[in-house]
Amino acid sequence: MTTATPTRAGAAGPDRRLPALGGFAPGALRIELRRVLRNRRTLAFTLIMPGVFFLIFGLPQGGQSLDNGRPVTAYVMISLAVYAAMVATTSVGGAVATERALGWSRQLRLTPLRPAAYVATKLITAMSLGLLAVVVEFLVGAVAGVRVPAYVWLLSGLAAWLGSLVFAAFGLFIGYLAPAENVMQIIGPVLAVLAMFGGLFVPVEVLPDVLQQVAKFTPVYGMGVLARAPLTGDGVSLAAVANLVVWALLFGVGAARLFRRDTARV
Amino acid sequence: MTSTHPAVELDGLTKSFGAVTAVDGLSLRVQPGEVVAFLGPNGAGKTTTIDMLLGLSRPDTGTVRVLGGTPDDAVARGRVAAVLQTGGLLKDLTVGETVRMTAYFYRHTRPAAEVLERAGITDIADRVVGRCSGGQQQRLRFALALLPDPDLMVLDEPTTGMDVEGRRDFWQALRRDARRGRTVIFATHYLDEADAYADRIVLVRQGRIVADGTTAEIKNLAAGRTVRATLPGADQAALAALPGVDAVEVRGDSVLVRTGDSDAIARHLLTRTAARDVEITSRNLEDAFLALTTAQTGA
Ligand SMILES: Nc1ncnc2c1ncn2[C@@H]1O[C@H](COP(=O)(O)OP(=O)(O)OP(=O)(O)O)[C@@H](O)[C@H]1O
Ligand SMILES: [Mg+2]
Repeated sequence: MTTATPTRAGAAGPDRRLPALGGFAPGALRIELRRVLRNRRTLAFTLIMPGVFFLIFGLPQGGQSLDNGRPVTAYVMISLAVYAAMVATTSVGGAVATERALGWSRQLRLTPLRPAAYVATKLITAMSLGLLAVVVEFLVGAVAGVRVPAYVWLLSGLAAWLGSLVFAAFGLFIGYLAPAENVMQIIGPVLAVLAMFGGLFVPVEVLPDVLQQVAKFTPVYGMGVLARAPLTGDGVSLAAVANLVVWALLFGVGAARLFRRDTARV
Repeated sequence: MTSTHPAVELDGLTKSFGAVTAVDGLSLRVQPGEVVAFLGPNGAGKTTTIDMLLGLSRPDTGTVRVLGGTPDDAVARGRVAAVLQTGGLLKDLTVGETVRMTAYFYRHTRPAAEVLERAGITDIADRVVGRCSGGQQQRLRFALALLPDPDLMVLDEPTTGMDVEGRRDFWQALRRDARRGRTVIFATHYLDEADAYADRIVLVRQGRIVADGTTAEIKNLAAGRTVRATLPGADQAALAALPGVDAVEVRGDSVLVRTGDSDAIARHLLTRTAARDVEITSRNLEDAFLALTTAQTGA
């Protein structure tokens, strides 16, 4: 309906039409984003900590080069950008658990907001924070002297950001698994272990052989390989792509199923 | 263009949780503009009924119609709004943000400033919800329910946990708002609230309606007196047949007679039977409520 109707029809009573897009609204998204950016804990873990990690673990390797002559610092920076993005998106998705514990989801069911519109808001919020996390990490790297060709900044950045969609889904999956007020305290350590297997803290090659094999099947591995590929010039293996796709599907389908269970009438 | 549909039509609702039958064949019709109190003890099934009325849960059997349609449709169109018994607020949003965020979910709402004003929380609009008192949070829930300017407002024990002053402020806010024609249904434990704010009282016990009438009618149930006496082997039927007797209840060796003529009954008991320890007490709404909602009445 595009006809301009008066917003308040005096005697005719309030406008009782359904909201457009199931109640999805940029205004609500804006408040949601502001809410995330106000959360000191989230900011510390997604924007500040990865940057500090770079200064501590990346900078001392200044001057060293990869096999193709590119700086090792860029390798560390991109890995930490992936880490920052995954923590960011997971924490926004996982916040659903908190909101369910607080009864906010139930309150929302007394408004016209459709559950799908709520999830869309969460995904966009997650991806916005994920983007910010990548940009901040890259800024820290650039200011600290990392120099690579423009296409590496762009492609690696995009891969780190888009790959973190897997973790937005993972966060929602956890969020719909069980209501809990402090989910991130539980998931935080899990993310750190996954990041290690994904080669975000140290290259997977330095892990013991068995762990290297295990690593290939863990959810961060694929996005790590993809994000670093523009820098290293290594081809992207089919295994890495398959890894990303399979985990994206697993978490996506898992979140969708739990979401449906949650919104079913009891 | 007021619709001619009843505001609420519940028909033969039942709902069980395992072995517990929370709502047991409950039917109720509420006309537009009525203010109805849902009165009952803990576990009577008030919240379970309200959840089904709002579409938050599905009845095992029976049907729910709200303003002539399904609860989901009424909710999506902002025709019904509710203040729930528990939870439902984000602690890290401010009061004002909570109202504005919720307003975005509707096609059209009253202005945020207006509902804050009507709920009496304009002065705390910038306060973070987590730092608001229970009463303030409840008034925030009320403000949210005012946003769509609903035709039907449902409140589940809205003043539980508030002190006397908080309760009074809350009801004053609700009163100030009482838009002509808005239907209001509220659950409560407090008789005085039902008495002061409802046109009609529905008494619920064990998932069933045990009394339903205007406030005056329910009060009439409480008119008269109770005569209590110790009388082993009382003849319940004979006592019930006496003039002016409303109900007779036998509990072990005690007999309780509800009557409009307590003097005659006392005289009868003392002169014509072996009764002793005769007591006469006047009944109030509290007694009627207790009798109807807790005791195994022998009427
Ligand atoms: N989700 C549930 N699972 C199991 N039992 C439940 C559930 N919800 C309600 N009940 C039971 O159903 C009965 C009715 O509960 P309900 O909450 O509707 O009562 P109420 O009248 O709202 O009580 P109160 O005045 O304490 O709020 C109770 O015996 C309660 O224990
Ligand atoms: Mg209740």
